[in-house]
Amino acid sequence: MSYIDFLKEYGHRFLDGTLVTAEQFFLATLLAICIALLAGLMKLSRNRLIRGVAVVYIEFFRGTSLLVQLYWIFFVLPLFGLTFEKFTAGFVAVGMNLGAYGAELVRGGIQSVPKGQWEAAYALSLSPFKRMWRIILPQAFVNMLPPWGNLLIELLKNTALVALISVSDLMFEAKQINGSTFLSAQTFGTALIIYYVLARFVVTPFMRWLERVMRRKLGRA
Amino acid sequence: MMDEDFSQYPLELTGDDIPMVRFSRVSKRYGALTVLDNLDLDVAAGEMITIIGPSGSGKTTVLRMLMTLETINEGVIYVDGKPLTHMEKCGKLVRADRRYLRQMRAQIGMCFQHFNLFPHMTALENCMEGPVQVLGMKKAAARARSEELLELVGMADKRDQHPARLSGGQQQRVAIARALAMRPKVMLFDEVTSALDPEVIGEVTTVIRNLVDKHNLTMLMVTHQMGFAKDISDRVCFFFDGKIEEQNSPEELFSNPQKERTQQFLSAVKEAG
Ligand SMILES: Nc1ncnc2c1ncn2[C@@H]1O[C@H](COP(=O)(O)OP(=O)(O)OP(=O)(O)O)[C@@H](O)[C@H]1O
Ligand SMILES: [Mg+2]
Repeated sequence: MSYIDFLKEYGHRFLDGTLVTAEQFFLATLLAICIALLAGLMKLSRNRLIRGVAVVYIEFFRGTSLLVQLYWIFFVLPLFGLTFEKFTAGFVAVGMNLGAYGAELVRGGIQSVPKGQWEAAYALSLSPFKRMWRIILPQAFVNMLPPWGNLLIELLKNTALVALISVSDLMFEAKQINGSTFLSAQTFGTALIIYYVLARFVVTPFMRWLERVMRRKLGRA
Repeated sequence: MMDEDFSQYPLELTGDDIPMVRFSRVSKRYGALTVLDNLDLDVAAGEMITIIGPSGSGKTTVLRMLMTLETINEGVIYVDGKPLTHMEKCGKLVRADRRYLRQMRAQIGMCFQHFNLFPHMTALENCMEGPVQVLGMKKAAARARSEELLELVGMADKRDQHPARLSGGQQQRVAIARALAMRPKVMLFDEVTSALDPEVIGEVTTVIRNLVDKHNLTMLMVTHQMGFAKDISDRVCFFFDGKIEEQNSPEELFSNPQKERTQQFLSAVKEAG
């Protein structure tokens, strides 16, 4: 079977899988951003308890394996009465894990905003919330875009693990196709290329574009 | 923290002739280092006070305490008769909560050495931020006020530029407009020309001179520009080691300093040019 024939035969399944991967990526990213923001801010709180919760969260999710976390969410939590669809369990695990990494980026981004900005916002009597939301976070956001680009590519690659709980993503489809055709080189080669293309020609250009837009907003472009 | 007793301080200042700002036995310490030592200072409404003194003498600290950027260790500051960082509770002064602090500091505007404009906002947006977000003004009204102030500082034509596109002098003028947009009773200037190239210092001092001449603002200014201080101040305070070593009208203090340390400082400054 030529590679062209192979693609004709199985192309649509790769496509279906890619769409599921894209969905997993998108939802996990949204979740990771929310968690990163929340945990990052909590880690900067003056309240020791709030800070402690964030530290425990970040340590736990960074310090243990994503695969084990995924299995916990899908297989163990139901034993405590908390059941997730496999699709949900997939992106929740990935999002929670990468969110822990993102929290450190948020914290670092906020701390990289010069002290003078805090003081100017304070001198204007902005409330603590507005100071953070309107003055500090927009600047922190620009500073942390480059490392977020790396993190999102990491996240994309990590979504492949959801195949292990039978979410029918790209990796899952590839394994299925391989199981029935034994054309390992073609199958996993195709999957490899698709992941690469998504990372290199979708995620990265998008982040670059976002960086440019944000720099223009800062009048730095 | 120890139980603090502020009973020797009045709950508020009364009478016809209350100062706009009063430092009443104010001390500031960082660990063992006493930066301000029992400072007493009255600033009358509409008065322009310049603070000079050697590096580390506590000049910036005075302004930052008034902006409530630094906490007070001892003493009370009054602004327009009301305690700045204390409030009344059961007939006694206690440390104020954040809300009260925020209300009080809205009456005070500050300009910094490094301008600290918000880089993600245009000049106009920088000026509108306080009126809209703090004073709750309608956008149109805040815009009108901000445009007027940008006009006042000669920056009307650059109102849609981001700070990154402005020179230091231009940024500082916008920063002055931004502070003024809050209609503060007291304006603080901390070495606002120190970070500027010599050729643009004039455009900022002109703006400040204008404020002194045409507006009845109370101002405290820290500067190393003795000529400027001499020109526009009503009073000059020479700080040394966290205390006011000498204060007087600019004519007197500059031409006829009484204390030896003042003389030394002024001649050292003169030599440095
Ligand atoms: N956050 C801080 N922690 C410890 N010490 C501080 C702090 N801020 C200021 N100081 C010290 O307080 C003293 C007074 O500082 P301040 O900034 O008021 O001096 P200044 O008169 O403005 O000096 P300069 O002319 O250099 O600006 C200095 O000895 C300084 O080192
Ligand atoms: Mg200083």
